[in-house]
Amino acid sequence: MNMEAFLNHLVAKYNFWLYIILMMIGLYAMIAKNNLIKKLVGMNIFQTAIILFYVSIGSKKGGTIPILEHVSGGAQHAIDPANYVNPLPHVLMLTAIVVSVSTFGVALALAIKIYQRYKTLEEDEILTRIRES
Amino acid sequence: MIAHYPALLVTIPLLAAFVIYGCSWLHKKSCLPLALLALAISCAVSIGLLAQAIAKGHISYHLGGWQPPWGIAYEVDPLNALVLVAVSTVAFINLIATAGEIEQVFSDRKGAFYTLYLLFIVGLLGIVVTGDLFNLYVLLEIASITGYSLIAMGQADRAPLSSLNYVFMGTIGACFYLLGVGYIYIMTGSLNMADVRALLPSLYHSSAILVAFIFCLVGVMIKMGFFPLHTWLPNAYTYAPSPAISLIAPLMTKVMAYVMIRLILSVFSPAFTFASLVVGHGIVWLACLAILMGAILALSQRDIKKMLTYIIVSEIGYIVGGAWLGNNTAMTGAVLHIINDTLMTFCVFLAVGGISRKLGSVELNNFKGLFKKMPFTMGAFVASGLSIIGVPPTCGFFSKWYLISGAMEAGSYSFVCVLIISSLINVILFFRIIETAFFAHSDPGNRHDYLLSEIGEISLNTLIPLLMAAAGLLVLGMYSGTVVGRVIQPALAGIL
Repeated sequence: MNMEAFLNHLVAKYNFWLYIILMMIGLYAMIAKNNLIKKLVGMNIFQTAIILFYVSIGSKKGGTIPILEHVSGGAQHAIDPANYVNPLPHVLMLTAIVVSVSTFGVALALAIKIYQRYKTLEEDEILTRIRES
Repeated sequence: MIAHYPALLVTIPLLAAFVIYGCSWLHKKSCLPLALLALAISCAVSIGLLAQAIAKGHISYHLGGWQPPWGIAYEVDPLNALVLVAVSTVAFINLIATAGEIEQVFSDRKGAFYTLYLLFIVGLLGIVVTGDLFNLYVLLEIASITGYSLIAMGQADRAPLSSLNYVFMGTIGACFYLLGVGYIYIMTGSLNMADVRALLPSLYHSSAILVAFIFCLVGVMIKMGFFPLHTWLPNAYTYAPSPAISLIAPLMTKVMAYVMIRLILSVFSPAFTFASLVVGHGIVWLACLAILMGAILALSQRDIKKMLTYIIVSEIGYIVGGAWLGNNTAMTGAVLHIINDTLMTFCVFLAVGGISRKLGSVELNNFKGLFKKMPFTMGAFVASGLSIIGVPPTCGFFSKWYLISGAMEAGSYSFVCVLIISSLINVILFFRIIETAFFAHSDPGNRHDYLLSEIGEISLNTLIPLLMAAAGLLVLGMYSGTVVGRVIQPALAGIL
């Protein structure tokens, strides 16, 4: 593949590249960071990347919001599916956001429990404490 | 009423979960009866659904009257009705068996415990019954999040950290699945499983579908604890409270294995999975590795609970391997093993839970002379051990038999060898315990052995369900021909 074709590919599908970069940032934080809260933030970035991916696949060039009354050209205009963005991925992501918030909540509660027990959130220190006891 | 069974199955425990949480503020004593009632109803409903599914073959229920592919459909066929019965029965019996321990250990937060317990079951039943790919993701996360919380209620030292590790791995798994569903949606524009299945054949050559399949598969494999991705499983399951673990350990991993089989059979279709995809052999090899490594790691454990968690890893290897051998016999074995393994794991974890409640710890050395003290509990433990090994009258033998015949049919002799080797390792694992419990003499000077002289059999309301589960192993073994002939074969007919 020559440079121009590669660039075209990159520009045409930039949403895919962006979500993959975000996902990898999240995954990196989850694997490489030592602090449990940083790992949790990494997990949240990972989930958000996928939410953004879904939101991006619903959008269309020049598409309006999928609500009939608020379309500029009147109700007739919005009947054609090519003219408005696909609402389904966005609706799905509302549910996914709820899931991600609850996962984050449970994980933070666990982090509090761990902190109360070990007085630290650094994973290596916790592991040494466990080995000592 | 009968027409609404698929919806009742999920909504009754869901509503009961919230009613119970309210009751825990007002009238604590009514929590347990309500939970039992809800689980009994969903158990009865799932048995009714199985009877309907066997009679009619396939039931499709449209939630809210919305026609698929726009609305969410609940699909019941004999296969998932069987899994539903297994899930709801195990949940019901486990609650009866462990109610005493829950009331005692979680006396101040039992409302929360029962709520999580029921929501976990809602998640699992929903995963099995749903016919919508995205709905499956949501229910999967309901089951997982409640599972994390239940596990974290265990041993104060280690449970929160192992649960948090499970959160990280589980979330990655669920995200991968969601990503796979996104790719399927981009390519087909649909989320309904039956609709996707009808739309896919013209897209089989597309690399996006291949990527979608691999994402879904990896996600599900993380959740089921398939060997290289199993690292969250042993610690999470060892430090969880025993009433929760005799529920989670048999159900979560097995339901996820069922999801994998469902993706193969009713979303991507075997033609695509086994013919156009070259990874099948690779996965059978990975399954061999999973079985061997699970057995070897189990051998290196002194703690009985941890040993059993590695046995789960090995059992998941059986199911995945059987599903990916790609012929009818092996798939029958894999499905039968899901049911059998649910019951065996349940029985063995219930027995170990009872023992650990009496002994405080389940190190191998503490089992000395235990047969004399708890003959019935140890009897049930031995029965489930024999079933995990695969001794003929118990159910474990029959699913292994189908798996081995399927592997022979597929010409995969390495899988046959691995199955036999792991059965032999299981013999060592269980006879090591049985020998200690039966023949080893206790040392009167030892503090622990003094403790042992004080204890007796576990309480009757735990013992009776445990013995029922142990008897169920034999009954399921004797009727496995019927299960295969009446339920599994009709479901696989025309697909594989």
